[in-house]
Amino acid sequence: MVASSDEEEDLVSYGRALPALHEGERLKKPVPLQEQTVKDAKGRYQRFHGAFTGGFSAGYFNTVGTKEGWTPSSFISSRQKRADKTVLGPEDFMDEEDLSEFGIAPKDITTTEDFASKSKDKIKEKARQLAGVVAAIPGTTAFDDLIGPSKITIGVELLRKMGWKEGQGIGPRIKRKPRRQKPDPQVKVYGCALPPGLSEGSEDEEDEYQPENVTFAPKDVMPVDLTPKENVHGLGYKGLDPTQALCGVSGREHLNLFPGSSEETGDLLGDLRHARGRKLGITGQAFGVGALEEEDDDIYATETLSKYDTVLKDEEPGDGLYGWTAPKQYKSKKRFESEVKYIGKILDGFSLASKASTPNKTYPPPDLPRNYRPVHYFRPVIAAGSENCHLRKVLEESTGKLGNDTTQQSRHTLNASQRGERLGETVLKGPAPSVLEYLSEKDRERLKEVRKASEQQMKVKMLPQQSQSSRFQPASANDAPHKWQMFWGGQLADAGSSDFKPFAKNPEKQKRYESFVQSLKQGQKDTLEQYLDPSMTEWERGREQEEFFRAAMFYKSSSSVLSSRFTRAKYEDDVDKVEVPRDQENDIDDKESAVKMKMFGKLTRDKFEWHPDKLLCKRFNVRDPYPESSIVGLPKVKRDKYSVFNFLTLTEPTTSVTQATNERIQQSTNLDKPRKPSRWDVSDKEKEKKDSISEFISLARSKADAQQQPLAPTTEECRTEANETLPSETPNEDKDQEEESRPSMDLFKAIFVSSSDEKSSSSEEESDEEPQQTVPVINSETTKHADLPDKSSSNVQGNNEATTTKPGLPLLPVLKKELDVAEEFGPRLPPTFCSGRSCR
Amino acid sequence: MAFPEPRPGPAELPRRLVRSIECGQGAVRAARFNADGNYCVTGGSDKTLRLWNPRTGSLLRSYLGHGYEVLDAAGSFDNSQLCSGSADKTVALWDVATGQVVRKFRGHAGKVNSVQFNEEATVIVSGSIDCSVRCWDCRSRRPEPVQVLDEAKDGVSSVKLSDHEILAGSVDGRVRRYDLRAGELHSDYVGSPVTCVCFTKDGQCVLVASLEAPLRLLDKDTGEMLGEYSGHRSSSCRLDCVLSERDAHVGCASEDGAVYFWDLVEGSLALRLPVGRGAVQALAFHPTRPALLAATGATLHLWDTGDEEGDAAP
Repeated sequence: MVASSDEEEDLVSYGRALPALHEGERLKKPVPLQEQTVKDAKGRYQRFHGAFTGGFSAGYFNTVGTKEGWTPSSFISSRQKRADKTVLGPEDFMDEEDLSEFGIAPKDITTTEDFASKSKDKIKEKARQLAGVVAAIPGTTAFDDLIGPSKITIGVELLRKMGWKEGQGIGPRIKRKPRRQKPDPQVKVYGCALPPGLSEGSEDEEDEYQPENVTFAPKDVMPVDLTPKENVHGLGYKGLDPTQALCGVSGREHLNLFPGSSEETGDLLGDLRHARGRKLGITGQAFGVGALEEEDDDIYATETLSKYDTVLKDEEPGDGLYGWTAPKQYKSKKRFESEVKYIGKILDGFSLASKASTPNKTYPPPDLPRNYRPVHYFRPVIAAGSENCHLRKVLEESTGKLGNDTTQQSRHTLNASQRGERLGETVLKGPAPSVLEYLSEKDRERLKEVRKASEQQMKVKMLPQQSQSSRFQPASANDAPHKWQMFWGGQLADAGSSDFKPFAKNPEKQKRYESFVQSLKQGQKDTLEQYLDPSMTEWERGREQEEFFRAAMFYKSSSSVLSSRFTRAKYEDDVDKVEVPRDQENDIDDKESAVKMKMFGKLTRDKFEWHPDKLLCKRFNVRDPYPESSIVGLPKVKRDKYSVFNFLTLTEPTTSVTQATNERIQQSTNLDKPRKPSRWDVSDKEKEKKDSISEFISLARSKADAQQQPLAPTTEECRTEANETLPSETPNEDKDQEEESRPSMDLFKAIFVSSSDEKSSSSEEESDEEPQQTVPVINSETTKHADLPDKSSSNVQGNNEATTTKPGLPLLPVLKKELDVAEEFGPRLPPTFCSGRSCR
Repeated sequence: MAFPEPRPGPAELPRRLVRSIECGQGAVRAARFNADGNYCVTGGSDKTLRLWNPRTGSLLRSYLGHGYEVLDAAGSFDNSQLCSGSADKTVALWDVATGQVVRKFRGHAGKVNSVQFNEEATVIVSGSIDCSVRCWDCRSRRPEPVQVLDEAKDGVSSVKLSDHEILAGSVDGRVRRYDLRAGELHSDYVGSPVTCVCFTKDGQCVLVASLEAPLRLLDKDTGEMLGEYSGHRSSSCRLDCVLSERDAHVGCASEDGAVYFWDLVEGSLALRLPVGRGAVQALAFHPTRPALLAATGATLHLWDTGDEEGDAAP
């Protein structure tokens, strides 16, 4: 800056003045642009480019390579060069300058990892961490950390050789003097007040005896972190660690489980404790916590082993050397003890406030009026389909509504099935259908009968004048709906909507019933008639209506109770048929005697075709003996459920048959299937079978006259008679041949059906036994198998039979006694003689 | 190789009581050797199953998991698994090493009297007082049995397996043999409730023990009786019967607290081993050596041959 002469005083000049011109000197010509060149270290020209092009030379006059421009390298045959084909690295494309100190890939002498201090490669560390996160398997670098070789830097090694141990300070050994830095009361302390109780603990400990000529290693000096704060984050802020944020807590937990062990080896002098104090585990908090706020559970904090003391020891005596800049470890612990109120972490260099700030203002809740009731009052809305009709009635009366409000049902009161019905959807099969569905028509009828009887009694009580008149008069049918509706109210509501189909066998009737219920539900008592079949007589109509009423009501009252106890059958069972094993073990009478005579063998043996499960064969490594059959177990045949023949045991000397078959089998080397009838067998049996059937018919006829006799004697007699008359009957399975010999159905019907009709009007107890006493329908199956070796299918019966018929047997009293006494089956377990001690 | 096998000596019988073990699990309902006979497993009325070394009398492991008395148990061929049937109506498959229940098969409607592994331990066959024999698959995870053999008219008291047969003795007095290979069911009537059935080692005969009746040896193919052994008392209890390791003798537990051995061929009483004062509840014969496990009350006894040499080679 020059301010020289007086006349120029007002002027302000900037810059440096040009050197004064000497006289006689030629003015320098400016260097033309093309001549402004720069040479590199080896004297080669370098061209300057604009700042945007990188600023360095890119070849001959901005071309690549030579004056001619870029020239491709001449062709080199890969045949000869194949052997020394090398992998090219980026360095192969670099100039020397790039490899120089200031180039992009400087090659210079650097300290190796052994000598380098830890802090230097923080950048590398970070890069590695990031790479670990971004890698395909996150956390892989973590494993590298875990299993990485323990490296001790040269410095540490040297120090160790000099007698240094970890945890000590560096320097000549000193005599430890109780140095007190207790602030003198006279001396004024400026700045932050010393936290109370900082040096008290140390003082106490330093009172202890210390020998004279003992030197100690100096205390490890914790390098105080003096990195300047460059960012605008809050004090102590640490960003969320990407590893934790991305890997989740679990990954970190595993990682940080042994941070001490992994760090201890590689840490520099003070790093160890430093790291512990600062919890190297990621403890970032995105948002700070106010001094007075309760800190939430630190969900980001990870549990590290270094948090726990591994050694039982006293706390390290702090000697107050460092003032408030002392390593945090000493301070914080003390503070946690003294200040229980604040549990959170205290930042480096901060201390707790001695007096609390003003408490938060709290506002008392508003005063409630005296008569306030803290209950929200809902207006009760009773759905039409509600169970509780009485409540509904009461409510309606109280609100002044009339009962026929149900006709204008709002859409909210409808349930799903009702809505579906209105929309014309087909009703889905529900999970808990009525039991009635599974009952046979006859049973249903019977139930209805019973119901009717009880209903009538009730009706007599309730509405004497109506019930007295006539049950099936159309006149009464007109008021009936009204009465029923009054009676059941909402109960009827969803009778039709569910899958209760009492008249499923008669779809037309069922349809009528459903529409009837629907109309009843909507209270259209006058239109009931229109649903009924117009072709019916009045009496029929009245009867059907009555029936509908009862069905609807019956469903309501019983279905809910019963349906909860039943579950839907897995397989649709044929109502009339029951599966019975084709072959049955035949009567034991002969066998008993055979056993008594010790004639085991053919007399006591039964042989059946038995189909093992395919999987079972596989598991046993056995070829499936019947690869093409789908039967499992004993072959079964369908028979009438309530056929007498199922419970009859027509004894015939099957032993002879088995003998014969056995012989045959032995002849045919055991591979032939048993019981394959031969021709001469059949012709013989044909005659006998006819005899047996006619025999049986006459027998059954005589039984039909004496209906009231119980079953057991019947079968018993049957058997004995059959025993006498058919001594040599043999089983036969050839169905085709038997078809011819079957008597007509009418014959059987004439015998049996008439009696069952009579019985249907009898009382309930009797009808329970009905299916056994009478044979409702006998078809070809039963006749076909009448002459087959039959046996009771229920074992209990079989046993009981045996007991009654053969009381002289040695085994049965035992069995019977068992059954009576302990209700156990089979041979009991041996008694225990230690029951007093240890059984229970 | 060139030498012929030494002529087997006369069949011996376990005569010497080697060890008595107080099992401490209530009444011992079942005692079974493992596949090689070095260990045994006992089922107790205190719902536990225990694995022992019967020679040393050391308890190796307890298996807890049943809800009621353990009535029968069996070990797999590779000794890695156990199966057990219990009065809690379940059949359990255990891992020997961990002691955990691997599978629990529910389906029986009553106490499971008898369980058995098949040769490869892929199927467990169980007989129950619900009159059924059920075959459970250990391989797949399906909870229902592979097949239910419900031909029995009364409870099934004993089940045994061969490589292709299932033998089931029932209280209805019949022994049913389901032959998987031939696809046949043979039912032999013996007249009184069957308590235990056994295949002979050669698989040709079936030994049947029944109440109030002598032990019977039936020919498997024809059902003819080959031998009858009587002298023991069996009036009401479910007692085991065994065959010795070389089929030379037939053994049966008795309610008078002894184990009876008969010569299989001659049918003469060869030995009466007094075990205890109560009925012998469980009986098992060593698969390869003349050694016998017998349990009365809470005590398990191991009997072996008299000579020391036999003891030295376990």
